[in-house]
Amino acid sequence: MSKPKSKNEWPLWEVFIRSKAGLSHKHVGSVHAADHEMAIENARDVYTRRSEGISIWVVESNQVHANNPAEKDSLFEPADDKIYRHPTFYEIPDEVGHI
Amino acid sequence: MTIKEALFQYTLRQGDTSLILGHRLSEWCGHGPKLEQDIALINIALDLVGQSRSYLEYAARIEDKNRTEDDLAYHRAEREFKNLLLVEQPNGNWGNTIMRSFYYDVFHYLFLHELVKSKDEQIAAIAQKSLKEVTYHLKHNSDWVIRLGDGTEESHVIMQTAADELWMFTGEMFDMDEVDDILMKEGIAPDLKPLHSKWLQKVKDVFTEATLKVPPEDAWMQSGGKLKGIHSEQMGFILSEMQYLPRAYPDATW
Amino acid sequence: MSKEKAFEQEFENKIENEIKIEPRDWMPEKYRENLIRQISQHAHSEVVGMLPEANWITRAPSLRRKVALLAKVQDEAGHGLYLYSATETLGARREDTVDDLHEGRAKYSNIFNYPSVTWADIGVIGWLVDGAAIQNQVMLTRTSYGPYSRAMVRICKEESFHQRQGYEIVLHMAKGTPEQKEMAQDALNRWWWPSLMMFGPSDKDSKHSQQSLAWKIKRQGNDELRQEFIDKTVPQAKYAGLTIPDPDLKWNEEKGVHDFGEIDWSEFMNVIKGNGPMNRSRIKARKAAKENGAWVREAATAYHEKKMKRAQQKQSAA
Repeated sequence: MSKPKSKNEWPLWEVFIRSKAGLSHKHVGSVHAADHEMAIENARDVYTRRSEGISIWVVESNQVHANNPAEKDSLFEPADDKIYRHPTFYEIPDEVGHI
Repeated sequence: MTIKEALFQYTLRQGDTSLILGHRLSEWCGHGPKLEQDIALINIALDLVGQSRSYLEYAARIEDKNRTEDDLAYHRAEREFKNLLLVEQPNGNWGNTIMRSFYYDVFHYLFLHELVKSKDEQIAAIAQKSLKEVTYHLKHNSDWVIRLGDGTEESHVIMQTAADELWMFTGEMFDMDEVDDILMKEGIAPDLKPLHSKWLQKVKDVFTEATLKVPPEDAWMQSGGKLKGIHSEQMGFILSEMQYLPRAYPDATW
Repeated sequence: MSKEKAFEQEFENKIENEIKIEPRDWMPEKYRENLIRQISQHAHSEVVGMLPEANWITRAPSLRRKVALLAKVQDEAGHGLYLYSATETLGARREDTVDDLHEGRAKYSNIFNYPSVTWADIGVIGWLVDGAAIQNQVMLTRTSYGPYSRAMVRICKEESFHQRQGYEIVLHMAKGTPEQKEMAQDALNRWWWPSLMMFGPSDKDSKHSQQSLAWKIKRQGNDELRQEFIDKTVPQAKYAGLTIPDPDLKWNEEKGVHDFGEIDWSEFMNVIKGNGPMNRSRIKARKAAKENGAWVREAATAYHEKKMKRAQQKQSAA
């Protein structure tokens, strides 16, 4: 998706924030920055103004690889019928209690 | 001079410097080189105005004459302001602004490190809170001095010029008078003299990385803002802008 | 069914079933264009909108007002960035969309082409302009494009203080000295009609509205949003003891809404065309920021490249 950049344009960085201990980092948006240190500072100022985070990850956007959306069906649909992976597939008499 | 009078003056000095630097940084709002940098600068301005409010609110309490933080900010004249000359200097280009902040941040950081030990609990508490903020300011602005100093030829020249032009306003940060002496005896204020060499060392370290030359140490230094309230011509313009509403409508509250 | 047709069918199904469209999903080119236009226009509005308010930061009449205004204008920069970030997911680079703004190819909210003349304007901008924006933005949290919707959720959450900040100023002035009250009334007189125009032309005259509604980019029409805004604002003005400058404004018992006067769309069209009092000044300011900052952006890039090179040399020497 990225196009060639002219000289003074800063690259795009994806920003991930951990909102509190115990939770994973979550994608929140992006910033422009010349280097990763600046990207972290920019992410701090743009995305944690209201104490939304305790940890920041930044990744240069062109380093993020994604699956081809056209392959969605072959990648994800085969999981749909594997219902034996879910606890509700198994029948346990009520008398046994919670398992 | 009583301890109370000294403490009032001392608190004003800190409050005024934060307020005027915050004012200058706010002038950039909407005009920075990149939107992310507008936000960064406003964050720093917010920290500074916040600090200023704490100091001025405390100064008003010390003075005990029924004045508020706003009375002190909006109803004092040029000669009553005790901020550093450095922070009232015009923004100039982005490089001047960064350099002005950097010179002050290094001092501010070292100063707060001492001020947290103040025997005055209120001062110590303000220092404690401010130190966290200023640790970030220093890192942020040091990084920028390095980037721009060692960036392009053009940026290098701009930063060296800024470093040289603002240099004569750095000595004032270490000036002391009776106010400091009285409060030092009480364990309220730190001795500023030992901070000078530490300040110089930090500036040298950052400038080395930034490929900038440190201006001569024995250069002539301006003084008078912090101790005497004798400011540059800039000050009147800052105040006439900042204070115009409360001055024009003295009966109104906002 | 051709591949393209199948994609289109899937897209339509998602829209129909309220499933969000995400950045790499197939989408009609027109949907993408429409989104880029609308989101970047929205982003530009946030950024240009900083200017009339930033003007007053150094003149804010108390330190409490000063920090509130600083934080508000900072939020606007932040919201501009959330939105540019959403347009970048559609492959539109921020630099290009900003160039469109600077060259007059892209629009921004017309309201910011009016000047903020007195401190009361800061109150009224927060109250009416942010109020109208929030009306629009709450609707947009349900927009069909995922990143836009997420940006809107965040923006709405943050903006809830903006309107309160503004109304508090207005209320304080309206209950203050006669001069303050006069200032507040004057600001309301000047900003009322432009605020109503913020919702855009009537749906029957808006060229983008119908398609946007069909694709669920927008979820409510301009007229409906405008009506809701008026109905909400009238009691607030009344509480402040201020008069809305519309002699035709009155409660319609039968419909349960306020009737209001004719909007002067010729003024709106003229301001859009560049004849507002501040059009040139706003764009000039944004262009100057970009041009004066070019050396900073270049230097940061150059420094980063040097640093990478040094690291490489160090590695190969080792």
